[in-house]
Amino acid sequence: MFGKLTLSAIPFNVPIVMGAVAFMVLCVIGVLAAITYLGKWKYLWTEWLTSVDHKKIGIMYMILAFIMLLRGFADAIMMRSQQALSYGSNMGYLPPEHFDQVFSAHGTIMIFFMAMPFIIGLMNCILPLQIGARDVAFPLLNNFSFWLTAAGAVLVNVSLAIGNFSRAGWLAYPPLSELHFSPGVGVDYYIWALQISGIGTTLTGVNFIATILKMRAPGMTMTRMPVFVWASLCASVLIVVAFPILTVTLGLLTMDRYLGMHFFTNSLGGDPMMYINLIWIWGHPEVYILILPLFGVFSEIVPTFSGKPLFGYASMVYATMAIAVLSMLVWLHHFFTMGAGPAVNAFYGITTMIIAVPTGVKIFNWIFTMYRGRVRFDTPMLWTIGFLITFTIGGMSGVLLAEPPADFVLHNSLFLIAHFHNVIIGGVVFGVFAGVSYWFPKITGFRLHEGLGKLAFWFWFVGFYVAFMPLYALGLMGATRRMDHYNVAAWHPLFIIAAVGAGIIALGIGTQVLQLVVTFVQREKLRDTTGDPWNGRTLEWSLPSPAPAYNFARIPIVRERDAYWDMKKRGVDLKGSTFVPIHMPRNKATGFIMAGCMFVTGFALVWQIWWLVIAGFAATVATLIRHAFDDDRDYHIGADEVRKSEALYDRVKAGSV
Amino acid sequence: MSNETLLMQNGSAALKPGYADHAADALRGLRQSGDAVDFQVEHHHDVAATIQLGFWIYLMSDCLLFSGLFATYAVLHGHTAGGPSGAQLFDLPSVLTETMFLLFSSFTCGLATLAMNANNRNATVGWLGVTFLLGAGFVTMEVREFAHMVAIGAGPSHSAFLSSFFTLVATHGLHVTCGLIFMVVMMVAVLRKGLTETNRARLNCLSLFWHFLDIIWVGVFSLVYLFGVAH
Repeated sequence: MFGKLTLSAIPFNVPIVMGAVAFMVLCVIGVLAAITYLGKWKYLWTEWLTSVDHKKIGIMYMILAFIMLLRGFADAIMMRSQQALSYGSNMGYLPPEHFDQVFSAHGTIMIFFMAMPFIIGLMNCILPLQIGARDVAFPLLNNFSFWLTAAGAVLVNVSLAIGNFSRAGWLAYPPLSELHFSPGVGVDYYIWALQISGIGTTLTGVNFIATILKMRAPGMTMTRMPVFVWASLCASVLIVVAFPILTVTLGLLTMDRYLGMHFFTNSLGGDPMMYINLIWIWGHPEVYILILPLFGVFSEIVPTFSGKPLFGYASMVYATMAIAVLSMLVWLHHFFTMGAGPAVNAFYGITTMIIAVPTGVKIFNWIFTMYRGRVRFDTPMLWTIGFLITFTIGGMSGVLLAEPPADFVLHNSLFLIAHFHNVIIGGVVFGVFAGVSYWFPKITGFRLHEGLGKLAFWFWFVGFYVAFMPLYALGLMGATRRMDHYNVAAWHPLFIIAAVGAGIIALGIGTQVLQLVVTFVQREKLRDTTGDPWNGRTLEWSLPSPAPAYNFARIPIVRERDAYWDMKKRGVDLKGSTFVPIHMPRNKATGFIMAGCMFVTGFALVWQIWWLVIAGFAATVATLIRHAFDDDRDYHIGADEVRKSEALYDRVKAGSV
Repeated sequence: MSNETLLMQNGSAALKPGYADHAADALRGLRQSGDAVDFQVEHHHDVAATIQLGFWIYLMSDCLLFSGLFATYAVLHGHTAGGPSGAQLFDLPSVLTETMFLLFSSFTCGLATLAMNANNRNATVGWLGVTFLLGAGFVTMEVREFAHMVAIGAGPSHSAFLSSFFTLVATHGLHVTCGLIFMVVMMVAVLRKGLTETNRARLNCLSLFWHFLDIIWVGVFSLVYLFGVAH
């Protein structure tokens, strides 16, 4: 009846896990109780969960990402403390099979359910505003994509309480991830969480390409698009190109595990290296899917806070596209040690090093934008400068690793771990925080508390260096990744320093939580009545904060790059006199229901509850077909209503409300 | 100076060639509003064209999905692990018949599109029905081929070659099955609501999907079956 699922799947005998589960369950109960107490269920359902408004979907993405940041960081703290303790006779507090789950979950969560949702959330919140659109091309699909991502995230977290998670690392290399060596449900949780959320990501890529190509305001030619839009376009193309390969790769592993096939097994002609190749054909573009939109974010922040247009717009766009193309040609540098021979390794080593060229172009463009500008050091700019320094160091250690001979020594060592955290934390995480602090007023209507923001930056910045610089040294000293225990005396102090660094980062995250609370408490004081708190340059700042549901009462006609700056310069009057009804998509539950059915299907697949698999899948298809016959998809916001809400914004801006 | 001439003067620099549709939109907005030339009130989107573009992009992602499976087959097709090879297993005349079913179904799908463009509802549904039957025939023959191979002990778990063969061909077959379901839904939708704008946009997507699967099958037929027998 319940497949492989029995009561023994719940790890009652592991106190650390049960503690975490109890904490998670209490949090969920607390949130549900609070919603019930406040009587907000209907509001939540009609205004948020079923919303097709890109701004609300973006906010939901970022809430999910922030929660997953906390979860993934809890894993990080466990690893750092385990490695600080477990030297010599001390075995630490995490047994190997638990430690292996922790590092697998940390990587999986941080990439798929922290970084990706943050980036897609930012794109959702800002991109349509920057191109002068009223929504994305496919609003309901957007809602569905979000819920697929959320379903994947929930599936990963359910694995903590019911069964276990993968012990095979964040990319589940075979043959370890094959049924023979990983007989439990851990790898299956990993597979289905990623498959479900991966479909959502692919659909998001499709959606944003169509949005950018089809929904721009009149006059916004491709070369007048903000660089964030360009970067998002390149990242979306990479999503559409790369994610199907992830789907295939995990699909083939599924065939091996569920149907006894032999793609990646050690027997009957299976080839594990085939998996390693395929997963990195997705995996390397993926790191550029992560970083490119944030290059775009920095390209918005630096001009704004320097009071100058971006230096080298065209070279920035070409560099972004060059990186997107090159990112498809470097995957083998993740496994030079496969032994493909000097010619192949040299090719991939050189293409990898070439990526440093367009990236360097970008770094210099940002620096030249600041040069002779009136640079304001608000929080977004601090994160940006922190990024410039940190990312450059990480990039240089990457060029070191791009040399096959050096890589043979450093492969799988902590040097590698230090390198990719150097670029992912220094680039992606700092970039996300820069973007969030920059656009927070536009998204919510009030600025983040500035002092706590700066404090959080310094904790993160210092904490990062204390936590990860020792790992470079450890890597050179021969320490490999994913160790739950070691016996080398010389390593111990460095591991302790790294743990201290993680502690400092924890203070940074704590400060950010506090910053959100303080901001909420002081929201009246921090309210942004102008709609343009930073003296911005792009169209989103021409709107009130937060933007109304329809975004633009009147669609702007774009004449220049930095369209809003141009309007301010020419003294364009933003107040309108005539309004017409605005055509809007209607909120629908379809996305939520379909993703819910797919979550159930995924859970049933993990535990091989076949009747539930069939039921869940049939319900998904039935919901889709039912939706196809639903003609009540849109409505109009009346002209009077638009006039009223615009008049209210004008009065807020004038300070009379 | 009227707003329209103003737009022409200022706008000629701002609105580059190729954005004529936008300029026309802008003018329409101006006529209605009388606002300054920096804004237009109404913003019209050609929804059907956006849907079609989105579907094209989706098809490209699906194409890459198949490219992954083709690459896997290309690497593993020689890994027979002592078991049967393609040359021993493939029954080319049967596969050719199967192929003809699919190719003709693409033709009749095209006829359905022509009927749709001629606003002939019954002919549209009729040709879709013929397409469905041909597609169903294709799937039936494929299932029979699979059943036969499993029966003679050449199932997907016997070698890496067979794993990659079954997965590639069955993935295509699953796509065709999805297309058949899509087709039934569209026949019902057209019968119930007629050739509405929404239904036309979806029928265009369906025909894109169907022709796309045809192209993939040409790849499967050539690379898997023809090369497989030649080896």
